[in-house]
Amino acid sequence: MRTRRFIAPSSLVWLLLGGLYFFIPLLATLLFSLDSNQTGKCCTLHSYGWVLHNGDFWHSLKISLFLALETIAISLAIFVPTVYWVHLKVPKLRPLLAFLALIPFVVPPIVMVVGLLNVYKGAPSWFYDQPWGFLAAAYVILAFPYMFFSLDAGFRSIDVHTLTEASQSLGSSWPRTLFTVILPNIRSAALAGSFLALAIVMGEFTIANLAQFHTFPIFLQYVNETQAYPAAAVTLMSFCITWFAMLSLLFVGRKRGARGAVIAGVR
Amino acid sequence: MLAGAFKGATGGWTFSNVSTALHEPYRSAYWNSIELSLVTSLVGGVTGLAIAYSAIHERTPRWVRSILTTFSGVAANFGGIPLAFAWIATLGAIGIVTRFFQNQLHYNLYQHGFNLFTKTGVELVYLYFQLPLMILVIAPAIDGLKKEWREAASNLGANAWQFWRHVGLPVLTPSILGAIILLFGNSFAAYATAYSLGYSNIITVTIGQYYTGNVFSNPHLAQALALGMFVVLAVMMLLYIPLQRRAARWAK
Amino acid sequence: MPYLELQNLHRSFGSHKALDGIEISLGEGEFLSLLGPSGCGKTTALRLVAGFDRPDEGRIVVDGKDVTRVAPNKRDMGMVFQAYSLFPNMTARQNVAFGLRIRGRKRTDRDTRVVELLDLVGLSHAVDRYPHQLSGGMQQRVALARALAIEPRVLLLDEPLSALDAKVRVQLREEIRRIQLDLGITTLYVTHDQEEALSVSDHVAVMYGGRIEQMGSPAEMYSAPATPFVAEFIGTMNRLEGTVVDGGVEHAGQTLAIEAARDRPRGSRVLVLVRPETVEVGPANGSGAPNTLVGDVVTQTFLGPVTRLKIVGTGVDVIADVPTQKALGLPVGTRVAAALPAEGVRLLDLKGDLPEIAEEPVPAGR
Repeated sequence: MRTRRFIAPSSLVWLLLGGLYFFIPLLATLLFSLDSNQTGKCCTLHSYGWVLHNGDFWHSLKISLFLALETIAISLAIFVPTVYWVHLKVPKLRPLLAFLALIPFVVPPIVMVVGLLNVYKGAPSWFYDQPWGFLAAAYVILAFPYMFFSLDAGFRSIDVHTLTEASQSLGSSWPRTLFTVILPNIRSAALAGSFLALAIVMGEFTIANLAQFHTFPIFLQYVNETQAYPAAAVTLMSFCITWFAMLSLLFVGRKRGARGAVIAGVR
Repeated sequence: MLAGAFKGATGGWTFSNVSTALHEPYRSAYWNSIELSLVTSLVGGVTGLAIAYSAIHERTPRWVRSILTTFSGVAANFGGIPLAFAWIATLGAIGIVTRFFQNQLHYNLYQHGFNLFTKTGVELVYLYFQLPLMILVIAPAIDGLKKEWREAASNLGANAWQFWRHVGLPVLTPSILGAIILLFGNSFAAYATAYSLGYSNIITVTIGQYYTGNVFSNPHLAQALALGMFVVLAVMMLLYIPLQRRAARWAK
Repeated sequence: MPYLELQNLHRSFGSHKALDGIEISLGEGEFLSLLGPSGCGKTTALRLVAGFDRPDEGRIVVDGKDVTRVAPNKRDMGMVFQAYSLFPNMTARQNVAFGLRIRGRKRTDRDTRVVELLDLVGLSHAVDRYPHQLSGGMQQRVALARALAIEPRVLLLDEPLSALDAKVRVQLREEIRRIQLDLGITTLYVTHDQEEALSVSDHVAVMYGGRIEQMGSPAEMYSAPATPFVAEFIGTMNRLEGTVVDGGVEHAGQTLAIEAARDRPRGSRVLVLVRPETVEVGPANGSGAPNTLVGDVVTQTFLGPVTRLKIVGTGVDVIADVPTQKALGLPVGTRVAAALPAEGVRLLDLKGDLPEIAEEPVPAGR
C-alpha cells in the first residue's frame, strides 16, 4: 500500500545520480560509435555495418552465448540439488558453502587458470581444444558465488521442509519433488543466478585469453585494439546483447518456469 | 602455488622471493591496490546503499527496481576493455564529456588536474562495476528491513533520520560491512580494467607481467606476490564471516 | 464532546473501494473495536487514523483538532502492530525508551518510566532481553509498553493478538483492557475475532465491504443484530427464512407466533433470528405444542458446559445449545421438538440473497 502515490524526493535524487553515472559512459560510447571513420564526427551507421558484416562477430557471439547456456545449465544442475540438500538435511554446512562461494569471487583469474590447469591434468584432449570443456568448467566456478547466493536466498524464502514433506507424504519420489515442487518455487532465484552467470560469461576476458579461446569478449578486445570507431559500436552492442539476453531469460522464466530452462540445457 | 612462492630460480627453497615481494616497487603496488580497493569499496558501498534503498522504497514504482537489478547484473560484469573504452570515450582527452566541458562551459578538465589515467580516474571507472555489485548484494538485506519497524518508529515520533540512526543503520550494518568487504575483494582482484587504462602500478597487473612472461619472467616471484594477495584476501575473509553471522541473526 | 472522530472516510485502491463513508465518534477513555472479516477495511481505517495513509475524502479529528494532514510521527498516537514491530537491535528496555528518547526526555526520567511500564505489563524480569529472546506474547507486551510510554492521546491496536496462542490471547486481552481502563486512554482496536471484541470493548463496530454494518455496545450487537451479516458474524445464530402471515411467520409448513411479525406487511419475506441457547429441546411427544419445530438430532458437538445439537426435519434445520447433562439424554437419532420463544425473537427483512459469510472476500490490490 502506498502512503502517497509519488516517489520520495530523496529517492529520486539518488536514482537520478545513479542513472546519470551509468548512462553517460554508455551515451558517450554510442556517440563515438556513430562517428564516421573519415571525418571523426557524427553521424553514420558505418561502424555498426562493419560489425554486423564481420564473420568473427557472429562466430564468437554464438560461441559465447552457447557457452553461457552451457554454464547456466551445468550450474543449475549441480547447485540446485546441492543447495536444496544442504538446506534440507545439513544446514550446518551452509556457512561452509557460503565461505567456499566467496573464494572464486576474490581469487584473481590468473591464479585460477593455473589452479584449474593443475586440477584437470588428466582430461582428454577435446577438453582443452574446445571451449565447451575447460572454459565451461572455469565459468561454472566463476558463476558459483552468484548462483549460490541467489539460490540460497531463494531457498531461505520458502519453507523447504514443509514443501518436501507434503510432497513425499503424497507419494512423490525425490526427483519428482525436486522438479515439480521445489524448482517452480525458487524460480526467480534460479533466474537471478542465471542472469548473473550469463553476464559473467559475456564479460569474462582473462581466462578465455590465457586459454586462447575465441569468445565474444576476445573478439571485443581484438576490435578495440585495431579499430577505434567500430570498437565503440561493438562495446555498446555487447552491453545491449547481454542486457537483452537477460530480459529474455526473464521473459522465458515468467512463462515456462526454471524447469524448462534446466531440462533444455542438460539435453 | 603456495609452494612455488618459496622456491628460488635455481630450484631450492628460499625466502628471498617473499622478501623481495615486500619491498619496493612491489610495496607501492600493494598499497595502490589496497587504497584503490578501500576507496571504491567505501564510496561504492555508501552510494550503492542509497541507490538500492531508493529503488526498493515503498513509494518507488516497481519497475524501477527490476530495471536496476537487471542493469546491475550486466554492469557488475562489464569490466576490462569495454568498460575502459566507454570511459575513455567519456572522459578521455577527447572524450564526449571532456569536450562538452571545454566547448560549452569553457573549462578544461585536464588542465585543471583531472586525468582519467591516474588513480582517481581508475577509481571512478571501478565504481562502474562496484556500485552494481553493492546494489545486488545489499538488496536482500534491505528487503529484510520490516516495514513495521519504520512505521513503529514513525508512530513513536521519529523522523526519517532518527529511524536510520537508531534502527535502520544498526540493523543493516553487518550486511553493509560484509558487502563492503566483498567489494574490497572484488576491486583488489580486478585486473583487466586497470590494464586497459594503462595503469599498471597495482598488484594484479604486476603479477600478470611476471607470470605470463611479458616483461621479465620470474614465475616464483609472481607466486610470492600472489601469496601476498592471498594474505590480504584471507584477512578480509576472516573479518567477513562473523559479520555475516551477525547479520543473519537479525534476519530472523 | 467526542474525543476521536472519523468523519466520512473514503479510501480506494485502484478499483477496489476499501472504505466507503466511515463515520465513528468516540468519547475520551472509551474502547472501540473494529470487527470484521479479512478485507473489510478495518485495518485500512486504523492506518488512516495512525497517519500511514491518507483518505481520499473525509477527516480525522482528535480532541477537536483536524489531524488528517498531520504526519504520522507528529500525531502523538501509540500503535501496537500485529507482529514484528519491535526493533531487533534493541533490548526490551531500549525499545520502550525509544519514544521518550526521541522526545528528548532526560535519562533518569526515561529510565523510571520504562521500569514503570514494563512492570505494568508484567515483564520486569526480562527488561534486558532482545526481541528474538522473547516469546510472542512477551513481545506484544513490550510493544504495548512502548506505545504507552509516550502517553499517547489515542491507543491503536492492529490485531495484536492474532499471532499468539489461544490461552495467551485470552490472558493478554484482559490485561490490555485492565491497563486501558486504569490509564483511561481512548482506544481503537482492530480484530476479526468476535469473542475478543465483545469481551473487552465499550463499543463494537462491525465492518463489511468498507462500510459499518452496525455499531453499538457488545450486548446490543449480540442480542439485537441489525443486519443478516451482523447476525451471522456475531455468535452463532439460527436464521430461519419465512413469510409474514396473520399471527406470525410461516416457516417449514408451520405458523410460528412471533411478536415482531405483527407490524410487518403480510407476505413480506423475513429472516427469523433465534439464538441457539434460547431454543428449548425435548423429546418429541407428538402433542404439537406451539412454536415448535420437529426433527431428528443429526449431530452433537460437545462445547464444554453446553452441547450443540443440530436438528433436521422436513424444511427444518435448527441449532440448539442445551446443557450437556440434558444432551446426554438426546443422542443422535432422537426425534425431538425444538421450541422457539415467542418474544424477544428478532425479525430482519430479507432482501435478495443472504451474504456468504464463510467466504473470505479476495483481497484486491493492496
